Amino acid sequence: MSESKVLLVDDERDFVEALSERMSHRGLDVVTAVSAKDAIQMAQGETFDVIVLDLKMPEIDGLETLKILKQTNANTHFILLTGYATAEKGIRAMLSGAEEVLEKPSNVDILIKKIEKLVSKKMIEL
Amino acid sequence: MNRKWDVIGSEGFKFMGKMNASISHEIKNVLAIINENAGLLEDFTLMAGKGQGLDPERLKSLAGKIQHQVQRADRIIRNMNTFAHSVDETRKKVDLGEVVAFMAALSERPASMKGVALEVTPPLRPISITTNPFLLEILIWRCLDFAMAVCGTGKTVVLKTERNDQGANITFSQLKRLSDASSRTWFPQDLENALADSLGAEIVVNESVGEIVLGLPENIE
Repeated sequence: MSESKVLLVDDERDFVEALSERMSHRGLDVVTAVSAKDAIQMAQGETFDVIVLDLKMPEIDGLETLKILKQTNANTHFILLTGYATAEKGIRAMLSGAEEVLEKPSNVDILIKKIEKLVSKKMIEL
Repeated sequence: MNRKWDVIGSEGFKFMGKMNASISHEIKNVLAIINENAGLLEDFTLMAGKGQGLDPERLKSLAGKIQHQVQRADRIIRNMNTFAHSVDETRKKVDLGEVVAFMAALSERPASMKGVALEVTPPLRPISITTNPFLLEILIWRCLDFAMAVCGTGKTVVLKTERNDQGANITFSQLKRLSDASSRTWFPQDLENALADSLGAEIVVNESVGEIVLGLPENIE
């Protein structure tokens, strides 16, 4: 069974490196980007099952990035990460095309369960 | 109530809110990094329980990353505390170079969100002025916020503090879009003028060299 491919995008490099490794331990094929521009470029060259994206990033924010990515990745699922998950943010995220919104710091197992649900595949349990 | 103080009061609250929101977001990011690196440590112990060896160098590196983030959070919270105490006194002797460096540190995240780098050139020797610290911080922020909007593609704003005959100058330079016709009408506006008036300060916009100069008296009246 092929691994689900995930693009993880956040401008905090230490966060992205640690979380991507934890996701890899659990059976995901994870590619990382530390800027919206990098993410947009990567998504043009590869197809991802899920893109996990920080809401607040320098220069192009998460919602704007999401809208751009959705144009070229119609079949990709999107999960947004935010420091403060308010109802208003949740609604804006959903209206922009995200399927889930998670507050940071988050529990990796909750993130994995959400990805499993979106791609309909079970991941490795540590 | 005097309109000038209405404007300053209202903007003072907004400034406090904006800075506190920025600080809290940064702390959340630090907590997220600590959370994931601590989680990785947990993953390794679970994997060790299933027979996979532990790499001491890797563990040491993770511990180092967590400690680094704790130090980062400590710096952020110290800045937050300094900011909170800037309202304690309405007339105080301050080290202007330190105030400018502090405001640059406080503004680092909002600047980063706009893709702008801040460079601080401190004065050759300490410059003391007697002023209203909180109002000065708001005015520096307002100058900086505008400077970031007109710094152009170079995306760097340089802040330089120097002594002058009346007190001191803070110069915001490398503002390559300052001479754009649309930029010129933005600044200074009512708020900046009200703050400058309260501080005995003067704002000079030098379009030809792409600079804003904030002149401050040695002693607020």
